[in-house]
Amino acid sequence: MPRHATALSALCLLLAPGLLSAESLDQRIDGWVTPLANMVERIILFPLPIPGSEANVPFVVAWLVIAAVVFTFYFRFINLRGMGAGFRLVRGDYNDPRAAGEVTHFQALATALSGTVGLGNIAGVAIAVSIGGPGAVFWMILAGFLGMTSKFTECTLGVKYRQENPDGTVSGGPMYYLSRGLAEKGPGFARLGKVLAVVFAIFCVGGSFGGANMFQSNQSFQQVMGITGGEASWWADKGWLFGLILAFFVALVIIGGIRSIARVTAKIVPVMAVLYITAGLVVIGVHIDQVPAAFALIITSAFGVQSVAGGALGVLAIGFQRAAFSTEAGIGSAAIAHSAVKTRHPASEGLVALYEPFIDTIVVCTITALVIIISGMWVEGAGMSGVELTSSAFESAISWFPYVLALAVVLFAYSTMLAWSYYGLKCWTYLFGETRRMEITYKLLFLFFVVAGATMHLTAIIGFSDAMILAMAFPNLLGIYFLLPVVRREINKYWQKYKNDELPRFQHGVRVK
Amino acid sequence: MHGKILVGLDGTEGGDRALDAAEKHARAAGMAVTICYVIPWSPFSFSTPEENAMRHKRREEELETAENKILKPRREKLEADGMLVDSIARHGHPAKTLVALADELEAEMIVVGRVGDTPMKTRLFGGTAAALVQMAPCPVLVVP
Repeated sequence: MPRHATALSALCLLLAPGLLSAESLDQRIDGWVTPLANMVERIILFPLPIPGSEANVPFVVAWLVIAAVVFTFYFRFINLRGMGAGFRLVRGDYNDPRAAGEVTHFQALATALSGTVGLGNIAGVAIAVSIGGPGAVFWMILAGFLGMTSKFTECTLGVKYRQENPDGTVSGGPMYYLSRGLAEKGPGFARLGKVLAVVFAIFCVGGSFGGANMFQSNQSFQQVMGITGGEASWWADKGWLFGLILAFFVALVIIGGIRSIARVTAKIVPVMAVLYITAGLVVIGVHIDQVPAAFALIITSAFGVQSVAGGALGVLAIGFQRAAFSTEAGIGSAAIAHSAVKTRHPASEGLVALYEPFIDTIVVCTITALVIIISGMWVEGAGMSGVELTSSAFESAISWFPYVLALAVVLFAYSTMLAWSYYGLKCWTYLFGETRRMEITYKLLFLFFVVAGATMHLTAIIGFSDAMILAMAFPNLLGIYFLLPVVRREINKYWQKYKNDELPRFQHGVRVK
Repeated sequence: MHGKILVGLDGTEGGDRALDAAEKHARAAGMAVTICYVIPWSPFSFSTPEENAMRHKRREEELETAENKILKPRREKLEADGMLVDSIARHGHPAKTLVALADELEAEMIVVGRVGDTPMKTRLFGGTAAALVQMAPCPVLVVP
């Protein structure tokens, strides 16, 4: 394991001279990382041909969707049934004042959301529309809806099998439910669980470098370059500089331990999210007469054969893939954030987690998609993709919005990076032990990828990011299939109490029932 | 069964003046005193994953500090003076928590100090004392 660290720091050193010798630094870094990214992408996004069609669906996407469908039926549409209960839990109806000061359902949800709301939704929808047409949005929303059940399942398990450390802190997530949960099923399963936990942790570290890091820094750089004049911008060939600045701010928090910055970010991000949703609603409101047509377009092109390469099934594959990246449902990341909640009923946190894909994919994606389609930018601005497309769509209605969006994108990216640096770190220390040296090694690597991300081209980034994050779904969902009966017991137990109104309820800190 | 007077402390001198006043009233009326220290906290605040993982530990530490630094010395002093006294530390919104506690303990009176909040904060959000007067289920004595 130290060998691993040395090898990587050697790579960093090799790269340093390249960084210092001027001219096309960006191309150099790009040229170095792209082949690697392509290789990883080819392995993990192995395309499965869809019978009777020319389209392909990456194996991992099929894996995610099948699991979400199976879970949704297995839990008899808990994603619909559970929303009322989830809302009351988030609202604090069951917050016992004697447990005041512990992590509440609201806080766990908000923390998890700050890790997922962001580029996946803003850029993801734009990518889906630009390569799959408006129809992809329909499949994205459907995937978000099914993904709610995956989130429910993994977050219930996250709380159920979290580890309460002797020092009073809590560790949770797929590493823990895979190893501890499967261990309950016998020695054979215990071995499988350990292997799955390790594989998950490896992929999670990769994901924290890829989609949660390089993709974020890449997209925020594109956005900043875009509003400062595009190709003619002073920033145009200075991705490395932008990356260094961003890395500096990440370092302040993760290495410098400056909590106040993290705390301020945690407060600003929800404000930006509300601002984004409001702006989207304003644009939609102004063009309310076009909304029915936009919805019609989404639905007809979802089933229309003419739309893009691969026909209707190709559109479906694109929509599902972007949704998987946007919700992270089935990926396992959210279970790490949700497991710190204070509750005696693991299933209650699962019900709260339903709101994560709901807000971040169904609500935000629908709004973004409507703005893009109403603006017509997806047709006119052919060639535009990612945040650039979303930005110009908003610009056509609110001329100054790109500046706000740029700020939002950078902040979303920043908060996603901070959240994921924590997820990645937890997995890294799960693998290598919680020593100070290991922690600092991880953090330095993380910072390196911030810089690398800002210098690469979007296509290379998307492939690699998708691959690393989505790969987490293999060990995670495989283990979850075996743990489904555990989740069923938990939800049945809780649901019965909830239905019979046996759970103590509180209002203004006073017990009302 | 003695009636109870609930005293809200905030670690300032104003809180101690409130405690003195409460002691006087309790002695005169033959009532017990419950000293309360509210640790400011909201269930709807935003936090980082790292903070959440540490939360349980931090909470224990906060409660312990409140007990050792604020509640215990005052409780022991009143006990030594022959008063019937207990104490409680709880996280929450200062005024709302005191109201909930007054309900829970069926307190006959709440006593708080007036100072504690800065004038700016009082103007923006309303002071704890003013909020208590609005919401309390029992008489409120505000000590200057």
